[in-house]
Amino acid sequence: MTAKRRGAQLAMLAFAVLIVMGAYASVGLGIDGQIPAGMLTYGLGLGALMLAAYLVLAKWAPWADPLLLPLVTLVNGIGLVMIYRIEQTGQDGASATTQLMWTALGVVMFSATLIVLKDHRALQRLTYTAGFAGLALLLLPLLPFIGREINGARIWVGVGRFSIQPSEFAKILLVVFFAGYLVAKRDVLALAGRRLLFIDLPRARDLGPVLITWAVSLGVLVMQKDLGSSLLLFGAFIAMLYVATQRTSWVLIGILLFVGGAVLAGQVFSHVEARFDGWLNASSPEMYDREFGSTYQLMQGLFAIGSGGILGTGLGQGHPRQIPLSFSDFIFSATGEELGLTGLMAILMVYALIVERGLRTSLAARDPFSKLLAGGLSFILAWQVFIIVGGVTRLIPLTGLVTPFMSAGGSALLANWMLIALLVRMSDAARKPPPQAIQDEGLTQVMQR
Amino acid sequence: MSELTLLLIRLAFLALLWFFVIAAVGVIRTDLFGPRTAPAPARKPAKAPKPVSKPKRGEPRQMVVTGGPLQGTVINLTETPITIGRATDATLVLTDDYASSRHARLFPQDGQWIVEDLGSTNGTYLDRSKVTRPTPVPLGVPIRIGKTVIELRK
Repeated sequence: MTAKRRGAQLAMLAFAVLIVMGAYASVGLGIDGQIPAGMLTYGLGLGALMLAAYLVLAKWAPWADPLLLPLVTLVNGIGLVMIYRIEQTGQDGASATTQLMWTALGVVMFSATLIVLKDHRALQRLTYTAGFAGLALLLLPLLPFIGREINGARIWVGVGRFSIQPSEFAKILLVVFFAGYLVAKRDVLALAGRRLLFIDLPRARDLGPVLITWAVSLGVLVMQKDLGSSLLLFGAFIAMLYVATQRTSWVLIGILLFVGGAVLAGQVFSHVEARFDGWLNASSPEMYDREFGSTYQLMQGLFAIGSGGILGTGLGQGHPRQIPLSFSDFIFSATGEELGLTGLMAILMVYALIVERGLRTSLAARDPFSKLLAGGLSFILAWQVFIIVGGVTRLIPLTGLVTPFMSAGGSALLANWMLIALLVRMSDAARKPPPQAIQDEGLTQVMQR
Repeated sequence: MSELTLLLIRLAFLALLWFFVIAAVGVIRTDLFGPRTAPAPARKPAKAPKPVSKPKRGEPRQMVVTGGPLQGTVINLTETPITIGRATDATLVLTDDYASSRHARLFPQDGQWIVEDLGSTNGTYLDRSKVTRPTPVPLGVPIRIGKTVIELRK
């Protein structure tokens, strides 16, 4: 625990960049038998960016976890390669240059967060500010004039050509809020209550915050038609509630509330119902051929994963153009076709390792706020991967969430880089050795920080 | 580009991807299974063993929180004293209404760890008895501070 492992970090970072460059070369060889001209610029560009991120990390968070940055670099790089590859097929909207630019901005945000936020516990004082700001960002797209509806979901805010997705940033702020709130209230939530059969029931008045979060997340579902954010928000709250109180009853109550709410919303609102229909009967011809809300995209994604098989078709040799929006929501299916089950499993392992590092940070943290914040942030990362991968593989209804670090999309990339910066900051605090006493006599100690 | 070359490139890339995953697991292996030897003495071979800080058998290496909200937290013991309390600069920060802001201190002395109550309101308990003066802590005996229970382990 006490070693900084800087060398291991640099080696892993170089390894990740090497794999990404190999992937570029492989795409070029697969398409036209030549190493693409952009390989060096893209590869070196990514390498330079990550070196900059590494230097910032080494200066401002020297004790940070050695694996977070290399792991994120790899998934971000694979995403870049896949988008480059899809751009080669001529699908509209895929642009590797834009994505590389957003990655650069993401690294800038990462560095800025690390430099500005010297001690993450300062966030605890901003608990309610973060809560209100998060809620405001979440509701921003509902405003007239600046709110925009793209592809059926009203989750965008735009001025001119420029548009962002505020819910991506809202999720981080809301996790900060949940962590601060639960640190203050968890004793009440955990201790008061009655025992019924084998679960501890909470008091009725303590249900308030759960009901409010439930209402807000259902509101997001109904008004913004954004099932993904709704599920993400509520799942994060329930998971953190469970971590804070260690009581199963909250999880049961949460699941019952959400399932009940979603079923009700499915019966009342047509767009929610269409989602469930598309999930349950995705392969029926009527659904596949329907003009609005058809399952064409989902089924094409499934066919792509299926044709990839165990080893994949090889980079540059699949048909990602057959899947609409294969560079954003369906990048996982496109990757699955070209890298096969073996490649997808490796990518999922990398995500699992990122989450494991986050949870490890949470375990090692020395105060409850950091424990909850690190746990919550790791959870939303894992939960996001589960929701979107579950969606494209038809395990759960499809929702429009991004695959973290892989999908094309600026807001998500920026927000996820900030999330990683917070985890890095907390792992730095958790792994730093305790302050040394210079003088150790009597009750007052002089500490060297 | 022949089929065979492309197949080899494809397999090589997947192997590389998995090699990265395995290398990453290798980096955190020590986290999962713990270091095999104590890291500091392993660097310098036993030329001049320090007389005082030589880790003897049966000497505690870790402080483990076995009960309360921070359950599962492990702090490696070094030569530095450990402070416990609600103050944010304590080594182990408690959020417990029954703990004082500077509640207790653990420090090493002659190969033993000593617990000292820093004038807390609700007291520090070693096993069942209240700590009134600095007392040596044997291995595996619970120290109770508010709702938190702490043990020293090898």
